[in-house]
Amino acid sequence: MALLELKNVSKHFGAIHALNDVSLTLEGGEVVGLMGDNGAGKSTLAKIVAGNFRPSHGEIRMEGRELVMHRPIEARQHGIEIVHQDLALCDNLSAAANVFLGRELRRGVGPFKVLDYPTMYRRAGQIFAELRSETRPRDLVRQMSGGQRQAVAIARTRIADARIILMDEPTAAISVRQVAEVLNLIRLLRDRGIAIVLISHRMPDVFSIANRVVVLRRGRKVADKDVASSSPEEVTGLITGAIEHAL
Amino acid sequence: MDIQFDDGVKRGRFSLVSWLASRQAFWVLLAVVVASIFLSFATNSFATSNNLFNVTRNFTFVAVVALGMTIVIITGGIDLSVGSVLCLCSMILAVVMHEGYGIWTGIAASLGTALLIGLINGLLIAYLEIPPFVVTLGMLSIARSLAMVASNNTVVFQFGPDHDKLLYLGGGALLFGIANPVIYTIALALLTGFVLHFTRFGRYVFAIGGNEHAAIVTGVPVRRIKVAVYMVSALSAGIAGVIETGWLGAVTTNLGAGMELQVIAAAVIGGANLAGGVGTAFGGLIGSALIEVIRNSLGLLGISAFWQGTFVGCFIILAASFDRIRNYRLRP
Repeated sequence: MALLELKNVSKHFGAIHALNDVSLTLEGGEVVGLMGDNGAGKSTLAKIVAGNFRPSHGEIRMEGRELVMHRPIEARQHGIEIVHQDLALCDNLSAAANVFLGRELRRGVGPFKVLDYPTMYRRAGQIFAELRSETRPRDLVRQMSGGQRQAVAIARTRIADARIILMDEPTAAISVRQVAEVLNLIRLLRDRGIAIVLISHRMPDVFSIANRVVVLRRGRKVADKDVASSSPEEVTGLITGAIEHAL
Repeated sequence: MDIQFDDGVKRGRFSLVSWLASRQAFWVLLAVVVASIFLSFATNSFATSNNLFNVTRNFTFVAVVALGMTIVIITGGIDLSVGSVLCLCSMILAVVMHEGYGIWTGIAASLGTALLIGLINGLLIAYLEIPPFVVTLGMLSIARSLAMVASNNTVVFQFGPDHDKLLYLGGGALLFGIANPVIYTIALALLTGFVLHFTRFGRYVFAIGGNEHAAIVTGVPVRRIKVAVYMVSALSAGIAGVIETGWLGAVTTNLGAGMELQVIAAAVIGGANLAGGVGTAFGGLIGSALIEVIRNSLGLLGISAFWQGTFVGCFIILAASFDRIRNYRLRP
């Protein structure tokens, strides 16, 4: 049984068909590259899985059970996490505060609860150590490098036991050395049995790390194949429409 | 792994001195202390118990409202209606008590009005997404007009059976000759500081000001927090209104006129950043204190009160350029 299964999912915004009849399966421990031109439906697909949008048609199943999500928080409760393209970090807060944002640990009795700083610092430190990042829990995000910021955003997915992580263009705006860091982080997560959807424009990243590549064009899935049996040239052709459908 | 992490924390610790030096509120506190010491020597009248009683009490009305304003400013918002809300709440208190109701009924009606106005501000800002500047500018006009309606634009100075209790509340001195308003202000400042630093609400206030989009996508209830923030701001104006009514012993419809600018000035001088994400309760308190010390010292030194705005204005600009100056110094 697939960890996550999308069955004939469509999403319409008025007359605009952002997604049309897309089916997709995802297994634990695999990295799926999700590619497509701007407006091809990548973000819409990610937002449906992340609980931001409900599909107009079709259904989502997790280990065979249907998922109906109204808000992102519900997706998280099911172990689906998203790392946003802009990382969604607050520069004015510490690394630990960002990791736990929206899910702060508190202690106290009844309605009298205060933030549990020691536990949050310790836990964030453990996660950074696990991600082999130099990031320190108390440092302000404002002072961090691009790679460290990525680590903070990815650390968020580790406080709950995420089983599926969607990464939206994680390597779009960082230096070459930092790209290698991020790809290493993705391998680390994959080796823990987490399913990763890597939304990316960058062909080399997808081909170096993904098991499978899925190509969307104008809201339709036009390819879903092993990376080994494809090539950057073919994927480029599929993205632009030079090749109508993958063989 | 744990050892490495602990080392990291130790390396990350700043020394106390550099931490203090990076805090704007610390420099403002220093300015207040230096000014006070100077005035103690330069005049005979500053360090008298009478004058200190007056100075500490006078700044409380601005300070209490500045605490609420600081929270609003940390979220990246602004509340221009506080002066008018203070007036309306004072007037509601006065009118209700004048009609013969007890002090607690009067205070409940007054603070209830404040919460209702804050709720309206917050709902318009958070749910209809009208800019806070516009919403609270409208409320500035509405609340003052309602105060005139409630009192028929008269001065109220008789507060019914609990008249004396109200005057004691605002004008008395409960502990060691410290004016009551000072005690309320310190208590409220401690409460505000606690809420900002130790509660989830406080964390969300900073998160919204730092990156509202990030707060939304991480599941922070941004709209509810914003509504609460404007309610807190209006409530702080209401509390200040109740205390000020007790001190003045009379309410006119121009009470608190122009106060919003003083309050914003206090918050900004204390280190709150109008772009959002930065601010402290202590900063709001100490910013208000500085403004009052300036006002008081000009009087004592025999300088025309017309100069007050110049000094306050210079401090506002200095405060806003604090980060620039510090970064300039640190630049290699």
